[in-house]
Amino acid sequence: MAHIVIIGNGIAGITTARHIRKRSDHHITVISAETDHFFSRTALMYIYMGHMTYEHTKPYEDHFWSKNRIDLLRAYVNAIDIEKKALSLGDGRTISYDKLVLATGSQSNKFGWPGQDLPGVQGLYSYQDLELLEENTENIQRAVIVGGGLIGIELAEMLATRDIPVTFLIREEWYWDNILPIEEAKLVTRHVYEHGIDLRRSTNLVEILAGDDGRVRGITTDQGEEISCQLVGLTPGVHPNIDLVKDSPVETGRGVLVNDYLETNVPDIYACGDCAEIIVEGEARNRIEQLWYTGRMQGQALGRTICGERTFYERGLWFNSAKFMDIEYQTYGFVPNRPREGDAQFYWEDEGHRHCLKIIYNQSDKVVTGMNVFGIRMSQDVWHRWLKEKRDINFVMTHLPEANFDPEFYKAFEGEIIEAFNRQAGTNLQPSRQPGFFQRLFA
Amino acid sequence: MSTAQQHSNSDFTPAHSHHGGLSAMRLVGLILFLVGMATFTATIFLGNYQIDLARLDQASEKVPAEVIEKLSPIAGKTFDSKVEMLNAIESSINADGSIQPYQLGVYKLWLMKDALRGPIADNPWLWFLLSVGLASLGGILFHMAQRNTLPGIKHDHIWFSSMMNRGIIGILTGTYLILFYILLYWNAEYFTNTITMFDPISQFIRNLPADQWFLYGFLYTMTIVVMGVRMFLKYRHNNYHLIRTASIIFFQFGFAFLLPSLMERFSQPSMDLKNAWPLNYSFFMDWNLSSLLSSGNFGLFLLVWGTILSVVLVPLFTYLYGKRWYCSWVCGCGGLAETLGDPYRQLSNKGVKAWQVERIMIHSVLVFAVIMTVMQIVNYTSGGAIFGDYTWRVNQTYSFLIGSAFAGVVGTGFYPFMGNRVWCRFGCPLAAILGIVQKIKSRFVITTNGGQCISCGNCSTYCEMGIDVRWYAQRGQNIIRNSCVGCGVCAAVCPRGVLRLENVNPDERFNVVLDDEVLHSVENLKKEIAA
Ligand SMILES: Cc1cc2nc3c(=O)[nH]c(=O)nc-3n(C[C@H](O)[C@H](O)[C@H](O)COP(=O)(O)OP(=O)(O)OC[C@H]3O[C@@H](n4cnc5c(N)ncnc54)[C@H](O)[C@@H]3O)c2cc1C
Ligand code: SF4
Ligand code: SF4
Repeated sequence: MAHIVIIGNGIAGITTARHIRKRSDHHITVISAETDHFFSRTALMYIYMGHMTYEHTKPYEDHFWSKNRIDLLRAYVNAIDIEKKALSLGDGRTISYDKLVLATGSQSNKFGWPGQDLPGVQGLYSYQDLELLEENTENIQRAVIVGGGLIGIELAEMLATRDIPVTFLIREEWYWDNILPIEEAKLVTRHVYEHGIDLRRSTNLVEILAGDDGRVRGITTDQGEEISCQLVGLTPGVHPNIDLVKDSPVETGRGVLVNDYLETNVPDIYACGDCAEIIVEGEARNRIEQLWYTGRMQGQALGRTICGERTFYERGLWFNSAKFMDIEYQTYGFVPNRPREGDAQFYWEDEGHRHCLKIIYNQSDKVVTGMNVFGIRMSQDVWHRWLKEKRDINFVMTHLPEANFDPEFYKAFEGEIIEAFNRQAGTNLQPSRQPGFFQRLFA
Repeated sequence: MSTAQQHSNSDFTPAHSHHGGLSAMRLVGLILFLVGMATFTATIFLGNYQIDLARLDQASEKVPAEVIEKLSPIAGKTFDSKVEMLNAIESSINADGSIQPYQLGVYKLWLMKDALRGPIADNPWLWFLLSVGLASLGGILFHMAQRNTLPGIKHDHIWFSSMMNRGIIGILTGTYLILFYILLYWNAEYFTNTITMFDPISQFIRNLPADQWFLYGFLYTMTIVVMGVRMFLKYRHNNYHLIRTASIIFFQFGFAFLLPSLMERFSQPSMDLKNAWPLNYSFFMDWNLSSLLSSGNFGLFLLVWGTILSVVLVPLFTYLYGKRWYCSWVCGCGGLAETLGDPYRQLSNKGVKAWQVERIMIHSVLVFAVIMTVMQIVNYTSGGAIFGDYTWRVNQTYSFLIGSAFAGVVGTGFYPFMGNRVWCRFGCPLAAILGIVQKIKSRFVITTNGGQCISCGNCSTYCEMGIDVRWYAQRGQNIIRNSCVGCGVCAAVCPRGVLRLENVNPDERFNVVLDDEVLHSVENLKKEIAA
């Protein structure tokens, strides 16, 4: 029985622990400085908005851990002694390990803006950030958010529910158009405005200004404007947290470097989740996956590897989802933000600008390679099957109703979508007949 | 080439913020509602009492002449206090204690109604409008004020709310409801002035004076309508909830309220045609069987219908659509839970312990109900030869403990404490039967969408049945649980489109669990190559 120590109780570390327990009797210790128990980072916003309490964001009840003999330790790890295979903790204790898993997650980016460390300036990543946000937003008149990614828009939504006016600076012309194609980016941009958010496009932060009390009192932008505010939310993305191993024999790049088995260069030390940078042989850029489901899948694979079943981590087909205020988003396969050579695309948007579908396919053989959908839920199974089977656009269009995952009785847009496609492509496709609700009732 | 997007420039400027705040309409609604509720509560204390033997219009039908005779010593005397009047009646008619408590309650109720003097007796309509009317209007305005917000899931501030997170307002509301139920079930005679307000409308619909059950049925229906308006606005983006709420209102108004009232109007045995045994636990009681069998063809029809509903239709529909067709589309208890109770759904306990307690309790009630019913039927067919008096005692115990205390007082009064489905989850014997069918053989399932779950917990938090939906969703496992009433809220609140309520082939309900799926492992590859 070996002692496996995992640093980080996020989705990656915890999944690793669970899967080690499923397959072995090893002694497992999970260390984290953030919270006593695993909670869902993705749900931080809902705590602030009052949809849930912190307790609700814990995916497992507290008795789960002792029942499964997973020891939890609330402590900060100061350093790793690789020779002695031991960790020194913030409270002075040391802990030895046989195998070590680094699952230390990410940290918020800061780009060296003047004033970025003033009181009232903060990012949104940890539970402590959320507590700080509560303090920082007490009785404030305006907040400025800098950086238009997924966390930025969540922060804007959060503040809006507290009736705090929000100015939202994004570098891009349209929200997230460094990832989303223009049409989709415009649809979300429009929705952000609809929520009363003062979105400033193509605008950069220059300086954060301090007031007499030493707290933030405003910012200036590269458009020459000064905006008075009492909170600055910095949300220009995250980077792997490698503080612990930066100056150790464990090799790092942007993240902790690992191979496809999530093994570092040092035997018995592994890394997974946001902090891991997976080396991609023969390519200029390695892979860093900062997502919930990739953290989970890496943990599953690593749990096996540690229990002796060496497992190649394969993410499989790309997918993701998000929610932009009231509009849900899903993506399957790859959709570039600007058209690539040889790609053709189909785009449909409804009149109310709350639903749209983008499909990318090869110009030559018409094989579908990716899709974005907003405001309609679609089945991952069905889309993955189509992408794997290399279905062409005509097949996909005809069978589109089968992918629908909206709740019963929702308005079906497929008819409209196929009509739009027929108009664009000069085809005359008919949707495969999906059984109607009443037919399904008696199926 | 892509479809042209029609955007105007104004699309790209910030709209006026719709968030939060108490709009004027919401405020007016709230004030009207509170005034209505205050008036309603005050009616209990309004008026004085005087027994006039010549004017016992309602009581003369319900109270035997020899009992009425005993009232002559106090006739003509005016009592300012309700309690004193009731004491006087009691000591006059039941000095020897020979009247059964239940019967005594009935006599008191009708005598008190005739004895009532004062503003309500003079102007029942006016008081009805000032209380029930204002409260309903206020409630509707309060919810209608939300129509300008953007559609979508808006559970903002719920856990900061005193009303919805067991704060002082929630506790007061729960206490008010509990007191209301205790008065209603066991001390209706203290409610006489309030009941009298309902006389004109009861006369209009049923051609009968109002009793506490008419008051209850009317308020119940009104509450479902007003809070149904709230559901219509809250879920105006979600057709599942719109149609489901319309169905609840339809069945409550038509089946639970109007039809039974009309049956009474035409002096037929009255029955809520959708109320299936064993939720309707008195269906097989001897007095009901006698009454149905002695009421000609209509009674016979009710008997046959009630039996077919419980024995054939309930299992059949549950096989086809799951428990939801009844519990969150048709049932009155479910209907109140889904409307009045919706603001409290997050208060249900999601722990494994609660689940264990739930399974023991609900199945015990089912066993209790079945034993009681067997005794009733045996007793009826054998003319009381086998169980004799015991059946009556078991019935009494069940009515008191389960029918009134559990389903009513706890079922509704505990909304602000333990969520809106306490009765449905821990007590309802019909739900127990539906649940067994749903689990063993049904086409209903909640499907999960691949690996999209982010374990946020919205689904579990807002599951009124206390199902830890996330436990399944994050493993990619389809959800098939006895207790799920198919309200569809887990699917509605999920921010990643993970959950979907479906009717499928019963054998296809179970899926491969992602969390256990074999990944690409070297050991496996070796094994595959070796094989
Ligand atoms: C607001 C927000 C919303 C998000 N929404 C989504 C979403 O919708 N979908 C999605 O796919 N992803 C989302 N993400 C990203 C997702 O949450 C992360 O990818 C994921 O949580 C990373 O998990 P992890 O286990 O790798 O690391 P983390 O969850 O970051 O866990 C690492 C833990 O290690 C601890 N730690 C680090 N160093 C030490 C040390 N030296 N000693 C002790 N403890 C240490 C940290 O305190 C932390 O608790 C979101 C992230 C944020 C911040
Ligand atoms: S599991 Fe979902 S549909 Fe079932 S009762 Fe809970 S919230 Fe409603
Ligand atoms: S199913 Fe949806 S609501 Fe439930 S935990 Fe997963 S993402 Fe959240």
